[in-house]
Amino acid sequence: MNTLRPSQESALAENNKSISHVYTWVAARSAPQAKDRVIALLLRLRHYITTQPFEALFSLGLAILVLQLLSLALNWGVIHAVFQVDESACQSARGEGACWGVIGEKFRMILWGRFPYQEQWRSATACCLILAILALSVNPRAWTPRLKPFTLGAWVVTALAFHTLMAGSFLGLRFFQIWPPVDTELWGGLPLTLILSLGSIALATPLGIVLALGRTSDMPIVRSICVIYIELVRGVPLISVLFMASFMFPLLLPSLQTPDVLLRVLLGITLFSAAYTAEVVRGGLQAVDHGQLEAAQSLSLGYWQTQRCVILPQALAHIIPGMVNNFIAIFKDTSLVTIVSLYELTGSLGLALNGDANWRPYKLEGYLFIAAIYFVFCFTLSRISRNLESRLARR
Amino acid sequence: MMPSNDPLIEFKNVNKWYGNFHALKEINLKVQAGERVIICGPSGSGKSTLIRCVNALETFQEGELIVDGQTLGDNLKVIQTVRKEVSMVFQQFNLFPHLTVLENLTLAPEKTLGLSRPQAQATAYEELKRVRISEQALKYPAQLSGGQQQRVAIARSLCMKPKIMLFDEPTSALDPEMIQEVLDVMIDLARAGMTMLCVTHEMGFARSVASRVILMDQGQMIEEAPPEDFFTSPKHPRTQAFLSALHRN
Repeated sequence: MNTLRPSQESALAENNKSISHVYTWVAARSAPQAKDRVIALLLRLRHYITTQPFEALFSLGLAILVLQLLSLALNWGVIHAVFQVDESACQSARGEGACWGVIGEKFRMILWGRFPYQEQWRSATACCLILAILALSVNPRAWTPRLKPFTLGAWVVTALAFHTLMAGSFLGLRFFQIWPPVDTELWGGLPLTLILSLGSIALATPLGIVLALGRTSDMPIVRSICVIYIELVRGVPLISVLFMASFMFPLLLPSLQTPDVLLRVLLGITLFSAAYTAEVVRGGLQAVDHGQLEAAQSLSLGYWQTQRCVILPQALAHIIPGMVNNFIAIFKDTSLVTIVSLYELTGSLGLALNGDANWRPYKLEGYLFIAAIYFVFCFTLSRISRNLESRLARR
Repeated sequence: MMPSNDPLIEFKNVNKWYGNFHALKEINLKVQAGERVIICGPSGSGKSTLIRCVNALETFQEGELIVDGQTLGDNLKVIQTVRKEVSMVFQQFNLFPHLTVLENLTLAPEKTLGLSRPQAQATAYEELKRVRISEQALKYPAQLSGGQQQRVAIARSLCMKPKIMLFDEPTSALDPEMIQEVLDVMIDLARAGMTMLCVTHEMGFARSVASRVILMDQGQMIEEAPPEDFFTSPKHPRTQAFLSALHRN
């Protein structure tokens, strides 16, 4: 039992006598607003400069540097640049200004690759369809439970339409030939980038989830297979996976009729991406409170029921940032398929400019052009992910 | 058909180790249908481990555990059957945050008991009425207070129409003001004849509701007695020490 010394007790009693109050209810009110935002900002700035002079000087120096770089870029990219498809004008402006005419001259080759010239409108339409469905998916309202089935349906329809446009016939069957057939080896440029990245994303996601569940399962054989697969695939670069998919596959199984090179490459990228997706999913699964699993088990829910109804929906919020990170990386890694003679956006840029001595010096402008295209798609993916995240966080 | 005087839960010399740590020592316990057994004791004494063995959330290395006529072991089918008859209420509620209260209650009956959506919802509303929280059916758990969440958790367990209910310190995570509303629900359940195995520190509740009170310490049962005997004349020195520490507050 805690007892106080007599001197402590009387001191405590003295204090207690003087601190006896009764309080009335205080109504809640809104927080005080800044009287004048600009003045507050200026005051903050003055405070910053006076208390941290060296940091302020450094920031000033950095700001001047950035402005200088910006003005250089503007100078080169806009003010002294040549916008017409004029070889001689570009030649004379070399070193001083950008030659955007190279884009005007070569854009068809860069964007559509080796697709037959007359049929390139099909490539263009296919890409527009993808852009449309991506724009639709950015809107968070497309993923509400009411509209989700329509959004998913739209994706399926777009995928089929895309393939039909590129191949010329529905599902590639000769029976449904609408336009002249184009062999998959000739598919290139932006459509190829989109097929490879979006296709592998769509296939790698379920595979990655299954791998993650397998890796965390109680069955030792399943767990070992998944661990070996994930570690093996993560240990090799994508380029070697593509190499093996394209060249080793026919060598090892010569009797088998080798499937389409595009299919093999898509499979290779899918299997590669699935290993990374699996780890992101596993991280998300581990982030879900263990009590959720126990509650589901004590309600006699089976393994798959628990994963589908309880664990995975909660893991999703933790998984999305990492997964979208992977997807954005895959989107840009597709440029490696040049090694197997498939010319997606980066490869077709090389095709367009390497062979033409007149326009070859302006590769920088070409790269900036496709960088802008990559940025648009990657930023869209990133926005979709942010909107999904914020929707999940609101609950 | 199981004869009616067979115990519903029977521990026979159950021993459990976590690695080298002897967590449960020679547990011998029989619980008949309709009994309310309260288990108390210091933390780390194995109380939660013991009740978690009943619905196979924990496994044990030695001994035998028979629940509702089924011998618990590695057989998943047996475990599933047992889990349909045994429901558990957790200290941290463990409600599914991404589902509404109603969906929390109908999920398991629909998936494992095979009830249709209207049937499951009817049962859910019945149980919500029983725990006096019907008006919150369409809210999400995060919008409810702790006491309301725990009552929803109890309702969720009741929707499975269990024979046995396990309570693992159900009021320990609650504000003092909300403890009574949850205890009231548990008292109603006890009066209705539910077999309850409860780990709790609420001695008032134990005195009014228990058929038996068990003290556990260091993984073993120390003393087991009806509440009148347990609280007024404890026989084991450990029990006496435990009760006198309680009285000091």
